[in-house]
Amino acid sequence: MIEESVVSLSRLQFAATAFYHFLFVPLTLGMSFLLAIMETVYVMTGKEIYRDMTKFWGKLFGINFALGVTTGLTMEFQFGTNWAYYSHYVGDIFGAPLAIEGLLAFFLESTFVGLFFFGWDRLSKVGHLSVTYLVAIGSNLSAVLILIANAWMQNPVGADFNPVTMRMEMTSFWDLIFNPVAQSKFVHTISAGYVTGSAFVLGVSAWYLLKGRDIEFARRSFRIAASFGLASALSVIVLGDESGYHAAETQETKLAAMEAMWKTEPAPASLTVFGIPDEKNRTTHAEIKIPYVMGLIGTRSTDKVIPGIDDLEKKIAGRIDKGITAVKALEALRRDPKNAALLADFTAVKADLGYGLLLKKYVADVSQATPEMKARAVDDAIPAVAPLFWSFRAMVGLSLCFLSLFVLSFWFAARNTFIEKKWLLKWAVWGIPLPWIACELGWFVAEYGRQPWTIHGVLPTHLSTSALSAGSLLLSLSGFLVFYTLLLIAELYLMFKYARLGPASLGSGRYHLENATAAKGV
Amino acid sequence: MIDYEVLKLIWWLLVGVLLLGFAIMDGHDMGVGTLLPFVGKSDDERRVILNSVGPHWEGNQVWFITAGGAIFAAWPLVYAAAFSGFYFAMLAVLWALFFRPVGFDYRSKVADPRWRSFWDWGIFAGSAVPALVFGVAFGNVIQGVPFHFSEIMMPYYTGSFWALFNPFALLCGGVSLTMLVAHGANYLAIRTEGPIQQRARKASVIFTVLMLAGFALGGVMVAGMPGYVITSVVDPAAAQSPLAKTVIQQSGAWLANYQAYPLTLAVPLLGFAGGLLSLLCIAGRRDGLAFISTAIAELGIIFTAGVSIFPFVLPSSSQPGSSLTVWDCVSSQRTLGIMFWVALIMTPIIIVYTSWAYRVMRGKVTVEHIRATDRASY
Repeated sequence: MIEESVVSLSRLQFAATAFYHFLFVPLTLGMSFLLAIMETVYVMTGKEIYRDMTKFWGKLFGINFALGVTTGLTMEFQFGTNWAYYSHYVGDIFGAPLAIEGLLAFFLESTFVGLFFFGWDRLSKVGHLSVTYLVAIGSNLSAVLILIANAWMQNPVGADFNPVTMRMEMTSFWDLIFNPVAQSKFVHTISAGYVTGSAFVLGVSAWYLLKGRDIEFARRSFRIAASFGLASALSVIVLGDESGYHAAETQETKLAAMEAMWKTEPAPASLTVFGIPDEKNRTTHAEIKIPYVMGLIGTRSTDKVIPGIDDLEKKIAGRIDKGITAVKALEALRRDPKNAALLADFTAVKADLGYGLLLKKYVADVSQATPEMKARAVDDAIPAVAPLFWSFRAMVGLSLCFLSLFVLSFWFAARNTFIEKKWLLKWAVWGIPLPWIACELGWFVAEYGRQPWTIHGVLPTHLSTSALSAGSLLLSLSGFLVFYTLLLIAELYLMFKYARLGPASLGSGRYHLENATAAKGV
Repeated sequence: MIDYEVLKLIWWLLVGVLLLGFAIMDGHDMGVGTLLPFVGKSDDERRVILNSVGPHWEGNQVWFITAGGAIFAAWPLVYAAAFSGFYFAMLAVLWALFFRPVGFDYRSKVADPRWRSFWDWGIFAGSAVPALVFGVAFGNVIQGVPFHFSEIMMPYYTGSFWALFNPFALLCGGVSLTMLVAHGANYLAIRTEGPIQQRARKASVIFTVLMLAGFALGGVMVAGMPGYVITSVVDPAAAQSPLAKTVIQQSGAWLANYQAYPLTLAVPLLGFAGGLLSLLCIAGRRDGLAFISTAIAELGIIFTAGVSIFPFVLPSSSQPGSSLTVWDCVSSQRTLGIMFWVALIMTPIIIVYTSWAYRVMRGKVTVEHIRATDRASY
């Protein structure tokens, strides 16, 4: 059995490195398309200012991209270094989208990003535009594939356990690729990236407008960001709701915890907008509820029931009992692999194997599990309510905040009065960090809500790690934190430096302080 | 569906091809990065060197990432056992690699010479450390790694971190580093002119000679080293657990394949031939051909490691029965089949557009060019 501290430290390290990585990913996703839009306008109108916009925002994109690549390297190798048992147990399925991501997406994105920066003088206008689109397509394709991998962790379809190799094996590639969870997750995540990119361009442009510099440049950037951002913010919210629907279908425990549904309500369930969940007494204080809404989001119907935590626990207790039988049947089969009767015994109960493995946290021989251990395993199987409840509401609150920012920005951009609306510009500047916070909260809900599993219902987190010592993990975790923090400081330093310099950093002689007319923005 | 046995062999070859792709592509820019502080004497010269790989290193690095992903998908047990076993060696590679993307992109964005010098050494470390550690890892694999699997297939590494740096492994690290540096020097000779080109050619000769000497010495050491032999009957076409077989250590076993199939001797000979050819080409100022020659040397040297230990891919010194072979470290037949088709379709496409990217950016990188494009260049 792996020590509890090793499991916790492995989780902490993965969470920390993933959160760092996702500081850079959404901006890459969003800005790559914004760059493509700006350059399209340049190619279509021939106006130089749009080329300068592509180059300048491209510079900021590059500063961010470098750290996206850096922190992404860790993600590709961390499964092997820190989650060795996971890698063995599900590598047959999970490894495939990761390898395809390299072949299909990373090569495309990374080969053409070089030409994006260095190919301006060597490619025709349309040639360079195509390169920019390929970068955007490459980065979005990589999101498709990694979300297919992640969706499989949430909803492991198209796979079956093989007792000979002692692992999960792929039974249908198409089920893996067309996992419904993957589709809604993909659109939700890339839209979140587009929102982040738009909010960034909107906010930095608003800052120039507030300072009264590079007006023409900033005005055009602001308009593009406002329109793209509005469409993306709507998409994030609609697909977030779609994700909720799929969570209800595939991860009842996550949904129940996130919504603090302590007891099953008669259909259609009401939605708790606000409340203070109390884990100890299993109740939510000061609840504000909207009738019917949860039932509609979760089941797309008025008559299907969404199970609450009380009913889920009963169901899980039953599966754990069957899981004990499955673990024992597997052990018997491993001792006598050719025995057809033992194979039949195991096959009959193997769907619950994962639930039996939940007990391995407390006892090596699961048939020796006491009722107290089983009760703890049942308790483990429901993720902690309060962190999910709050994170989810904070994410939704933030998304409504930037949705209204984009609605107003778009409205005043269409009326061409946004430059006078100082309050709106200030809001845009101070709103820059909000989408990042929302993105990280969203990932927290998705992954913390998956606990206690790495592969929902299949492989418990406490069985997924490598056989490392807590000391090694403390050392590596500290190493990551030190390196990433230093790199983040360097990144932010350059980001601020170049954002402050503005388009003048291109050295074209047309912008702020480069000559008097440009300073006035004429 | 393709036979499982054939697929297992194809994937042995494909992993080799991906590692070779890494050595040829990422290898040359790692070589360039290692030479950066030594061959570039002034800031302008260093910028010439950086910009010779500037538009391409990012794409090249994907060979490394994809090799990692492909090993995950095709050889999950190797991915799990080797990466967790070589934990701090892997982290040293990762942490060193951190300095590359950031170094390339951030270095010339600030004019302060201390800032630039810091990132130059960062790029040096990010290039030299992985090149060295990969060789060290190979050196340990060839000798056998102290690891075993539990009954449920959890890998346990029982060696220490410092034991990885034994004499033979360090020699392999040296071969790997000198090989990539020689290859990088040849690339630099193609893309630069004047003093940088002359220094690059000189470096190419020095590092090629060191590589050849190291490779030869390695061969002698392998001949005297215990190899591994499977002693039970293995059905290559079946899905199987690595724990189902028996393995013993045997002196001279790593030469068995060459004795049984003398044609395989062509593989190490290619390693020597490529190196010698590179020396000749550099003497005759044929930098492009020299680059191809070091690529051939890389082909020979990487596949020599693979052929010598075949069918093993990760032998275990502490519990030989836990050794991983090409027959039992693999994914299921379906996964191998799907991944084979993906690789077969995508690899040529990748090679085509990568070649196009190099074509677009072809020509010498000069100090004048860097000065003229000061704000846009690395």
